[in-house]
Amino acid sequence: MDDAPLLSVEDLRVDFRIDGQSQTAVAGVSLSLSKGRTLGPVGESGCGKSVTSTAIMRLVPQPPGVYAGGRIMFDGRDLLTLSEREMRKLRGGRIGMIFQEPMTSLNPVYTCGEQIAESLSVHSRMNAKAARARAIELLSLVGLPSPSERVDDYPHQLSGGQRQRVMIALALANDPDLLIADEPTTALDVTIQAQILELMADLRARTGAAVLLVTHDLGVVAETCDDVAVMYGGQVVERAPVGALFSDPQHPYTIGLMAAVPRLDGGQSRLETIPGSVPPPWIRTPGCRFASRCPLATDHCRSERPELAELAPGHAVACWRAPIEAVAA
Amino acid sequence: MSGAAPVLEVEGLTKHFPVRRGVLRRVVGKVQAVTDVSFALGEGETLAIVGESGCGKSTTGRSLLRLIEPTSGTIRLDGEDVRALSPRGLREARKRMQIIFQDPFGSLNPRMSVAETLREPLLLHGAATTKDVDEKIADLLVTCGLSDFHATRFPHEFSGGQRQRVGVARALATRPRLIVCDEPVSALDVSVQAQIVNLLQDLQAQFGIAYVFIAHDLAVVRHIADRVAVMYLGRIVEDAPVDAIFSHPRHPYTRSLIDAAPRPDPGAGRAKASVEGDLPSALRPPPGCLFHPRCPMAEAKCRTERPELRELEGRSVACHFAEQMPPPDRAAERPMDDRLTARLDVLRRARDSASAS
Repeated sequence: MDDAPLLSVEDLRVDFRIDGQSQTAVAGVSLSLSKGRTLGPVGESGCGKSVTSTAIMRLVPQPPGVYAGGRIMFDGRDLLTLSEREMRKLRGGRIGMIFQEPMTSLNPVYTCGEQIAESLSVHSRMNAKAARARAIELLSLVGLPSPSERVDDYPHQLSGGQRQRVMIALALANDPDLLIADEPTTALDVTIQAQILELMADLRARTGAAVLLVTHDLGVVAETCDDVAVMYGGQVVERAPVGALFSDPQHPYTIGLMAAVPRLDGGQSRLETIPGSVPPPWIRTPGCRFASRCPLATDHCRSERPELAELAPGHAVACWRAPIEAVAA
Repeated sequence: MSGAAPVLEVEGLTKHFPVRRGVLRRVVGKVQAVTDVSFALGEGETLAIVGESGCGKSTTGRSLLRLIEPTSGTIRLDGEDVRALSPRGLREARKRMQIIFQDPFGSLNPRMSVAETLREPLLLHGAATTKDVDEKIADLLVTCGLSDFHATRFPHEFSGGQRQRVGVARALATRPRLIVCDEPVSALDVSVQAQIVNLLQDLQAQFGIAYVFIAHDLAVVRHIADRVAVMYLGRIVEDAPVDAIFSHPRHPYTRSLIDAAPRPDPGAGRAKASVEGDLPSALRPPPGCLFHPRCPMAEAKCRTERPELRELEGRSVACHFAEQMPPPDRAAERPMDDRLTARLDVLRRARDSASAS
């Protein structure tokens, strides 16, 4: 990474207090993202990737959520110390957000144009006429057909792919420096997904925004991310440039994950599986969260948590046994 | 697969839903969910039906079991006309055809323990007697990768993958000839998805079950299917053996699906959005070829004349220009990196020696 990153998450901890019990959803996550790069936190349900991105937007509901530690540095300021008023200024302004289901994130009683115009008048103090013109411009930028008519449509009048385009237009309205996209294409069909990913790549190239792309789809990760952070049990277990992650995965969990993905070339006779399942968040262990499913786990793994350690430039892994081929020899 | 009589034969299956409006509930139109779908399926064979939301793949699957009553067409299960069956006959036939849903939680009764859920079909269909039913339940659970102690548990106590195993066990209880799998792994995480896919393949090898596998994820289909039928706006547009369809799709829609599927290989290039726009409404399908409004190759003929499914090199395809179709644009994925394969080996050996000791 070059100079100071735009976003740097340092040892972030988020707990949820449920029924008087404290459960850790994010257990000391550190990430850094520079301008013009795309970072993808990946992992399976419950790994903490969505809570992490929600936490960066300061949208974790409190209660039951609790920010239990760490810092979220965005352009030199710790987001965790800002007031709600200051956060509101950032959200939709310098930080754009795209969610999985645009139907629930767009307001059904305002037209697409009104929602974009409102954001423009709040964040950029644009007058109504200029805001409407800019809204049409944005809708055409995201490839919505006949934008000057669509601008007066309500969200329910659009298809899923079109709604997602409106969401993106809304996220981009105020030229954000950081775009947070949480499973932006998961609800879409594959041909529409390809259209949206193409659009996002295109916009990133044009605006130079940094993108945090949360997804569970390793195919999408391979095609859109520059860097990947593999999460398991609320922690980052491996961090690498995308090429290295897919060809040279180091953590036993990443290795299993890579081999479990079915491929389009039909080369696998049988899919690899990772025996067992993710331990529930209320089970606390002093050691590695993956130890219960790892065939290489030792007593050391079960008693002491490994920290991320760099194996190659930009490629770090949290595993006592890495590189594992040395173990076997 | 060939030669022997097929397990399932479907001819001209059609389901149109009437659209009613007004006080008199007059029929003002019809949603043409499925139109003239035909295929045959042999023992131990897997036919995948793929397509985007609203293409009619799930309606097709449900019509096969008459969970949705088809408008017309014939469905033969082992030569027996399923649509002609009496309610009693249909109950009997459902012993031989079962279904697995995407969301097993929605299809399992939350108030029934796993044993109760499984006991019902086992006894009802005579697959067990009251004496040996508990033993049969335990067998079934073990076959599906669970343990006998899971029998007393309730659906909410299971993880997503385990719940889908219960769904599979329930479908398997009556030893069916055919299982319709309606997006069985779409809601699962990738490592769990792999477990369920492997389970389905093992069960097929063991019992010779035929699968109609409904899915939108082409990589899973590539892995599990023998043959693939691609649906668009309620009709099959291409039906071909799995290798043939992936190496050289002959319908432009199939080709665009394959081009758009993301590859888990950062070197394979970006997915291509070769079609524009959205699926048209099944209430008013376009004239001519259904795909022509989105087709990059459409010509005048396509706008007026609907191409029929026709034979071409051992497959069926409904496109006027199937012969001219170029192969897919995208580079194939590179084989797995040696470093990854070597490390997988290390993990596998460690697992084997752990289970041996």
